Amino acid sequence: LVFTEEDKYGLYSNLLFKYFLAEGIVCGHDLFVASAKEHPDNIRKELPAPLLDDAYGKELGDEAAAAKSEDFQDSMKIAWRYQNLPKMEASPTTHTKFGHYYDVSKKMSPELCQSVKWHSFYLHEELSLEPGMKTWNMNSGYARLLQSIQRIISQEGFDGSDPQKKQRNVLRIGIQSLGSILWGDDICCSDTPEDIHSLTKFLYVLRGLLRKSLSACIITVPAHLIQNKAIMERVTNLSDVVVGLESFIGSERETNPLYKDYHGLVHVHQIPRLNSLICDVSDTKDLAFRLKRKLFTIERLHLPPDLSDTVSRASKQDLAGSAKLLSSGCGAMAIGKKHLDF
Amino acid sequence: QGKFTLLRDTRTDGSFLVHHFLSFYLRAGCKVCFVALLQSFSHYNIVAQKLGVSLAAAKERGQLVFLEGLKSCLDLLFGEEEQPGQPSPLGFLSTSDLRALFDFVRVSLTPVDGDSWKGPVLLVDDLSVLLSLGASPVAMLDFIHYCRVSVCCQLKGNVVVLVHSNEDSEDEENELVVTSLCHHSDLILWAEGLATGFCKDVHGQIKIIKRLSLQQAGEQDLIQIYQYKIQDRNVTFFARGLSAAVL
Repeated sequence: LVFTEEDKYGLYSNLLFKYFLAEGIVCGHDLFVASAKEHPDNIRKELPAPLLDDAYGKELGDEAAAAKSEDFQDSMKIAWRYQNLPKMEASPTTHTKFGHYYDVSKKMSPELCQSVKWHSFYLHEELSLEPGMKTWNMNSGYARLLQSIQRIISQEGFDGSDPQKKQRNVLRIGIQSLGSILWGDDICCSDTPEDIHSLTKFLYVLRGLLRKSLSACIITVPAHLIQNKAIMERVTNLSDVVVGLESFIGSERETNPLYKDYHGLVHVHQIPRLNSLICDVSDTKDLAFRLKRKLFTIERLHLPPDLSDTVSRASKQDLAGSAKLLSSGCGAMAIGKKHLDF
Repeated sequence: QGKFTLLRDTRTDGSFLVHHFLSFYLRAGCKVCFVALLQSFSHYNIVAQKLGVSLAAAKERGQLVFLEGLKSCLDLLFGEEEQPGQPSPLGFLSTSDLRALFDFVRVSLTPVDGDSWKGPVLLVDDLSVLLSLGASPVAMLDFIHYCRVSVCCQLKGNVVVLVHSNEDSEDEENELVVTSLCHHSDLILWAEGLATGFCKDVHGQIKIIKRLSLQQAGEQDLIQIYQYKIQDRNVTFFARGLSAAVL
């Protein structure tokens, strides 16, 4: 269960959402898309087109070539201890090939879109709940969505209930803007919402459905609108992966020279620890994203060295702020709130 | 015997403690009732196999009673109408009443003729999920109290419960439950993330608090602190600052 906290204007989380769905199409997985905001058919038309291998290789190749020309380096004189550390890799190299790459400037062709089964759930077009259906005091929008998902899972055999079916496929579920007012839940508008348990109950049942079947799910939530932080803590507990996107649009970070190459930050709050005592933690916790004309990339955030002669107070505070950001870690392992003082 | 152990985690994931206690008690030959609310049976089974215990076999021979919360809630929501005589242990999802869950625990751990298990054990992973599912803090504390009376006092067994907590948490209900349970626990194992942030070699620190103050007036609680690193098949503990990476 991948839980994504939306950035303020929803631009980048929408992009991530579409990537998830597009990857599903390219892998041949079935898709289930639910939304209360946009009609799923519109979402389908907007999916990015997959990049053919050589095209991406060429793009990355150009960048790598530019970097390599400065490759020979004088041996370090002062910071010689760092000489032996591997060179900082900002983006994944071409040899780690996991998944596919997409071209954001082009739309996916309709033929490719049609190649997989597409189930959609648009809240405002759904029939009302059957009477007698148990809801456990959950918001009716959520209850209907659960019922719909469960029906698809059992009808299409994703839960292994149909032994005749030889080819087992994966169902990718995408739910957009859950928790927003459009779903009939008021946790985004009020400090003391009427029913704070609807969302968490929904997530618990969804988790049960995902565990029982061959499916994966991405949910985006306008977390910045949820006033009651207790809900976010409980939601984090119930999800496997929690990722937050923070865009720089409209914040003071937009003009901060430290962040000029990036459009926003990626906060990984939690990673899954499934079927094992350990979890797969990467070396770095600081990730930023940027949207180039064709590609959306997530890279390690590395701050340029502060080479100015006069380090004024203002920029020192900025650095301290960023250092605080850098020391925050991942929930599954450890989160430190105090940054190291030098 | 008759002890209540609280597993607590802050800023990190304390579930490795649950896996440990599960395999520990099963290997010791105790009858275990495991209320597993957060993960599926196969998850625990796979980890337990790495630790040398087979949950499936334990279930077969009646040593382990496993309540798989995720699966049961699906049966409850999408399945047929439940029989009136047999309320489901997860019935609190619609009624907010944890009594059925308690009855389930009591019935599972009450010894049956022919049972040769040593001591019953109740293990809960994790209690904080009940709040997300609509239970009130008072109902949860009552449930734990009833379990203690029944399992610890009457049946002379042990209870181990995992809860999550956070510094500066805004989840007041959760903090209320956790604080209250801390006061009543005989032993607290508190896994915390390091205050200085993420580290590859030291995954966290564990505080072991033996509540001697409960047993005798005037006694002070005994607190020990170790740091730990989790590996694929076990967890290594070491004194603070003495991680293998540093030595």
